Amino acid sequence: MSSGSLGGYIVRRLTQTLPVILGVVIVNFLLLQLAPGDLATVLAGEAGGAPKEYIDELRARFGQDQPVYIQLFYYMRNLLVLDLGFSFRLGAPVLDLLLDRLWPTLLLMVATLIVSLGLGIVMGLLAALWVRTWKDTVISVAAIIVYATPLFWVGLMLILVFSIRLNWFPTSGMEDVVAFHEGWDRVVDIAHHLVLPTVTLSLFYLALYARLMRASMLEQRGLDYVVTARAKGQSERKITTRHVFRNALLPVVTMAGVQTGGLLGGSVVLEAIFAWPGLGQLAFQSLFARDYNLLLGIFFLSAVLVVIVNLIVDVIYVFLDPRIRIG
Amino acid sequence: MTDVALSIQDLQVALPAWSDRQRAVAGVSLDIRREEILCIVGESGSGKSMMGKAILGLLPGPHVRAVGGQILFEGRDLLKLSAEELRAIRGCRIAMIFQEPMTALNPLMRVGQQIEEVLELHTDMTQAQRRARVLELIRDVHLPEPERMVQSYPHQLSGGQRQRIVIAMALALEPALIIADEPTTALDVTTQAQILHLIKELQRAHGTAVLFITHDFGVVAEIADRVAVMRHGEVVEQGRVSDVLEAPEADYTKALVAAVPGLKPRVIEPDAKSKVLLRVTNLEKTYRTSTGWFGAKTREVQAVKNISLDLKRESSIALVGESGSGKSTLARCIIGLESVDGGVIELDGERISGRTRAELRPLRKHIQMVFQDPYASLNPRQRVGDIIALGPTLNGVSREQALEEARELLRLVGLKPDAVDRYPHEFSGGQRQRIGIARALAVKPKLIVADEPVSALDVSVQKQVLDLLNDLRKSFGLSLLFITHDLRVAATVCEEIAIMQRGEIVEHGPTADIFAAPTHPYTRSLFDAVPGRDWISSLG
Repeated sequence: MSSGSLGGYIVRRLTQTLPVILGVVIVNFLLLQLAPGDLATVLAGEAGGAPKEYIDELRARFGQDQPVYIQLFYYMRNLLVLDLGFSFRLGAPVLDLLLDRLWPTLLLMVATLIVSLGLGIVMGLLAALWVRTWKDTVISVAAIIVYATPLFWVGLMLILVFSIRLNWFPTSGMEDVVAFHEGWDRVVDIAHHLVLPTVTLSLFYLALYARLMRASMLEQRGLDYVVTARAKGQSERKITTRHVFRNALLPVVTMAGVQTGGLLGGSVVLEAIFAWPGLGQLAFQSLFARDYNLLLGIFFLSAVLVVIVNLIVDVIYVFLDPRIRIG
Repeated sequence: MTDVALSIQDLQVALPAWSDRQRAVAGVSLDIRREEILCIVGESGSGKSMMGKAILGLLPGPHVRAVGGQILFEGRDLLKLSAEELRAIRGCRIAMIFQEPMTALNPLMRVGQQIEEVLELHTDMTQAQRRARVLELIRDVHLPEPERMVQSYPHQLSGGQRQRIVIAMALALEPALIIADEPTTALDVTTQAQILHLIKELQRAHGTAVLFITHDFGVVAEIADRVAVMRHGEVVEQGRVSDVLEAPEADYTKALVAAVPGLKPRVIEPDAKSKVLLRVTNLEKTYRTSTGWFGAKTREVQAVKNISLDLKRESSIALVGESGSGKSTLARCIIGLESVDGGVIELDGERISGRTRAELRPLRKHIQMVFQDPYASLNPRQRVGDIIALGPTLNGVSREQALEEARELLRLVGLKPDAVDRYPHEFSGGQRQRIGIARALAVKPKLIVADEPVSALDVSVQKQVLDLLNDLRKSFGLSLLFITHDLRVAATVCEEIAIMQRGEIVEHGPTADIFAAPTHPYTRSLFDAVPGRDWISSLG
C-alpha cells in the first residue's frame, strides 16, 4: 500500500475490467451465431411446422434478418444503457428475468463461499497442527475422498438420505410456495431449503481449501521467521496465531478468488438437481429454447459477477499482504 | 568461574538414523566468557550451526536432538529445562541473530511490532514504554528515521537494514549471550563490514557475550576475541584469535588458513602481441517494467550504463561489484541471454550483439558460462555424461565421441571418468561445480564467463575450484570473464580488475595497480570492507 489510495485503485481496476467484459460479450455473441437453429425454428417446430414466409417474418421481428455485425452493433449499443433485450420466449425483458433469478444464485454462492472457506481453513489448520497423527490422517483422507467425488452424485445421495429417508430437509426448490410464509417464517423456510444445496456445493471446495491450507501451514511453519519467533521465546500457540496463520492464508484466498468462476459453473448442475430457481437453471432452459437474448444476458451477468468477485478478492489481498503495491 | 557466561560440556547432537554420520556435534566442550566474542569457524557440515541451535533448544526435532552433555547457563543446565523454562530464557537472557535477513522476519508484520513482541513476552512494560524502547533500540542500531522505520514492513528495507532490525530484536532485553549464526554471510561486503562493526560496538557497550558462528576466517580476524575451529562435529582447535590465526597448530586449521584467498594481486604477464578477443563498446541495458494502462507508465532501471571493456586472448578480467551493480546483467548480455539496448559486443571482430537467436546459434559455442549455484544449474534428471555431451552433439559431434570426450573432461577437472553414468545429486557442491566447468569446456569455447562460480562453496573447496580454473585456462588457452563480489577471489584469479558500481565501471586496470593504489573512493571502501584485511595481508 505504498502509493495510491484504495479508492483510486478500485476505480482503476474497474475501468481495466471494461475491455474484459466487452471481449466476453463479443465472443459469446459470435459463438452463439455458430450454434445451429434459432428461436424462429424452435417456435415453428413447436407449432408443428410453419411455412417459410412465417419463419422469415418471425426472424424479421427478432431482428435476425440483419447481418451479424449489425446485430452485434445493436446489441452493444443497447448494452450501454443496460438494455439486455427482450426474451420473446418468456415474454419479458431479459434484465427483469435476470434480476429475478440473480439473488437465489448469489445467496447460494455466498453461503457456499462462507461455508467452504470457513470450514476449509479450520480443517486445514487443524490437520496441520495435528500433522502426522491419526486426526490429520482422517481429515486428509476425508478431504481426498470428497475432492474426488462428483458433485451431482453427492447431491443425489444427500437428497436420498436426508430428504427421502430421514425427511429432515426438502428435496427441491427454494421455498415452500404453497405455504405463503411472510417475514421471519420465510427466512427460516429459505434457510431450510438452502442447507442441502449449500452442503453439496461446499464439500468439493471445502476439501480443496482444507488441503491447500494444510500444505500452506506446513510450508510456512518451516520458514526462518518461525525460528526467529521461537528464538524470541514466543509460545507455539502464539506463533501459529500471530505469525503462521496469516501467511498461510494468502494462497487460500488466491485460490478462492480463482475458484469463484467455477462456483458459478458448478451451480448450473446443482440448480438442476435441487430445482433451485437461479441463473444456472435459467441458462439451462434458455439454451434449449434457443432464447439467445436471455442466454447472452446470463453470460454477461456471469462475467460481471466473476470480475466483481475477483476485484473483491484483490482488495482483501491488499489488506492481507503489505507487499502488494496498489500504485 | 564467575566470568563464564555459558559453558558447553561434551555436547552430543544426534542426527537422524539415515544420515551419513551419527552425530552432528560429537563431544564439544567450550566456554564463552562474559564480554567476549567467541567465533566458531568451520565449513558446511561441521556442526557449528547445530551447536548454536542446541543451546536454545531450537534443533529441528524429533530426529535431530541433543543426546548428551551439558549446557550450563546461569547455574542451570539448558538441556534439562522444560519447554516453558527455556522459553523464558529465549529472547530474554539468550538471543539469536540469523543468517538470512530476507526471511528471518515475518513479511506481514511491521518491524516495530516484531521488535515489540520480545518486550511483550518477557516484560510487563506498558505499551507506551514498549514503543519508546523500540525507538531507542532502532536508534541504537543506527537505523535512520526510527519513527518511520517502526512502521515499515520487512520488504521495504534492505538486507542490511533488516539485519539491523534482527540485531535490535536480539538486544532488546540486554541478554547475557547473543548467538549469531553467520549473520553477515548473505550481505554485501560493505554492508557486512558495517554490521560486523555494529555487533562489535554493541557488544562492547553492553558487555554481552557473543557466540559468533562463521565460515570466514576474514570475519574471525575482524571480530573475534577467541576462536574455536570445528570439523565433523568436533572442536579441532581453540584459543586466542591471534594465536590460532597466526600460528595454527591443527593440520586442519593450517589447511583452512592456507585456503583463505590472499590479497596478493596476480601479476600480469604482458603480451603486447595478444589480440583482443572480446570487445564491449558503450553497452547499455535498461530494464523496464510497465505499469498502468497498456504499459503507459514505465519504471526504468538502468542496469548497465555505457560500459566499454576489452578482453585480450588468453587473459582474464574480474568484474567486481556488490549486488545490484549490474555485473551479472553485463555477463548475461555478453553471453547473449539478454538483448542489449545500445552499444556493440564483438567477439573476435564479429559483432554478436543485436543478432537474432538463429543468427547467434553458431557463435554460442565460443562463449560458455559457469554458473553460481552448482545445485540448481545441472538438470537433476540427466546423467552427468549427457549434460556434458549435449553441447558437442548440438554442434554435430557424434554421441559416442561426445561421451568419450566427456570422460576425458571429467578426468581433467579431477573427477572419475565413470561419473558420466551418475546423476548430479550424487556429487557434492564442489564436485558439481567441476561438472559445470567440464560442461562449459565441452564445446571448446574461446571465452568462459564465470558468474560467482565459487561463492556457494566452502573455502577449501573454493580454493581447489579456483586452482582448477587457473590450470584449465592455461592448458586450453581460454579467456576468462570472472564475476565476483569478493576482491580477494578476484585478486587470485585475474590479472585485470574492473570495479562496478550502479551499472558503471568506476575503476579498471591491472590488479596489481589497483591493489597498490585504488583511486576511486568506492574501490577504497571495498578494500576497507574486506573482513580481516590486516590479517590477510600479513599472510603475505
